[in-house]
Amino acid sequence: MLKDITLGQYFPGDTIAHRLDPRTKILLTTLYIVALFSANGFVSYAVMIACLILSVRLANVPPRAMVRGLRPVLFIIVFTAVLNLFFTPGGREFFRWGFLTVTETGIKTALFMVLRIMLLIMGTFLMTYTTSPISLTDALESLLNGLKRFRVPVHELSMMMSIALRFIPTLIEETDKIMSAQKARGADLEGGNLMQRAKAMIPILVPLFVSAFRRADELATAMECRCYHGGEGRTRLHVLRYQRRDYNALAIGGVICVCVFVLGRLGW
Amino acid sequence: MESILQIRHLTHTYSIGTPFERDAVRDVSFEVGRGEFLGIIGHTGSGKSTLIQHLNGLLRPTEGQVLLSGRDIWAEPKKIRDVRFRVGLVFQYPEYQLFEETVYKDIAFGPVNQGRQGAELDRCVRDAARLVGLREDQLDKSPFELSGGQKRRAALAGVLAMEPDVLILDEPTAGLDPVGRETLMENIRAYHREQGKTILLVSHSMDEIARNVDRILVMKSARILMDGTPPEVFSRSEELLSAGLDIPHAARIAIALRRRGLDIPPDVYTVDALEREILRLRKETVPC
Repeated sequence: MLKDITLGQYFPGDTIAHRLDPRTKILLTTLYIVALFSANGFVSYAVMIACLILSVRLANVPPRAMVRGLRPVLFIIVFTAVLNLFFTPGGREFFRWGFLTVTETGIKTALFMVLRIMLLIMGTFLMTYTTSPISLTDALESLLNGLKRFRVPVHELSMMMSIALRFIPTLIEETDKIMSAQKARGADLEGGNLMQRAKAMIPILVPLFVSAFRRADELATAMECRCYHGGEGRTRLHVLRYQRRDYNALAIGGVICVCVFVLGRLGW
Repeated sequence: MESILQIRHLTHTYSIGTPFERDAVRDVSFEVGRGEFLGIIGHTGSGKSTLIQHLNGLLRPTEGQVLLSGRDIWAEPKKIRDVRFRVGLVFQYPEYQLFEETVYKDIAFGPVNQGRQGAELDRCVRDAARLVGLREDQLDKSPFELSGGQKRRAALAGVLAMEPDVLILDEPTAGLDPVGRETLMENIRAYHREQGKTILLVSHSMDEIARNVDRILVMKSARILMDGTPPEVFSRSEELLSAGLDIPHAARIAIALRRRGLDIPPDVYTVDALEREILRLRKETVPC
């Protein structure tokens, strides 16, 4: 049951979206977010939607998977929609009931806010769908490299991220095992009120933490045995190099971002 | 012999409806008699672990049935916990599931879930500790202060304390040193002798199985390959070898001697029996 949870929805493939340098994808996603937040009219949102659809087609992601990515934030979307719909004053008034009003501006704001959240989630989802978590951390390390001058421990942070990602499946498997073992001793994990449920977690969490610490300890020893001493002078197996397609993609992304920005300023 | 567990055409398929769909157990049927000591052998991935998790209702069969004392254990899914109390399952490396402040409390976890309390609870906890060879003074320690072998014993006691009718042990001696292995197996044998309860022992080690059990199930790629007494199974040693399974050392030597033309019966698989045969052959061939 726990195994069904997918963390980091990377799906291997061989499309142009998969082949782009991970740094390019992070930068493009940043541009996309900037554009998204400067869009504030039907035309600019239409451009954003077109960009997303085109990218999804290029990455060959099944539309079902994109919609599935929205499920965790469904509550936030509905909440935002309701809040904006009923509480925004201005423009023509269509409906009034007590303190709830529906106005022209309200409808428009609600629609744009919902669109913005959905496009934001789907856009970032597309990045994690086409980029493996490990290359994402590599890319982050390389992009943040400049911060080393300000004594930010960039390498250490990205190493921590890679290790954390690496151990997610291991810990899920471990949790599954511990749950089975405690269920075999009659632990009741489903029933009871909130207090009883919280208490029922103890037999699972304690062994899980103990084993996580043990694993961390073992990993640290293993790393030291292999003379790990931080990022200084460390070479890589996969060196990131920008290709022509990366420059092209960045140029197109930049132009679209500027266009949307201008459209947004004009209120289109 | 009256049978306590009946497994009928059990099939378990993982990840149904995805490209990763595969049968971990396919159409497996067997019965376990009351008081029987049954060994289950098979490669990693042969389906042993999946199989035993069906016997106490941790997994639900995709097809087929598991009957405990003649009743389908899934007849009332709400009461599956009662099945888990009657069929005690000790997982591989069970010491990683210890969590309480003291060994005593950890052993008491199962019995408390059963609803035992007071003197009855105290009795079953102390009985279980005695069965696995834990000393009284170790009961008040934190389980994390114990040595590896003692932790394993404490975890085993945690299942024994529920006083199950059937005890399933998944590789109980894995990762222990030879002395630890032997004393733990001795405790398990003593438990079987004293209590007369049914035991299922899953193991990689053929020697361990050969020395302890009444009957052996051999599993291979999700199915049962052989089902019989140790002499029956080990008389097919060559077949076991070609299936990629290990055989007891004595059986290996017997095969080698037979290849050299010596007359050793096929059911020799223990060191003692092999010794007798070799001495007999010497008497016959070397007149003194």
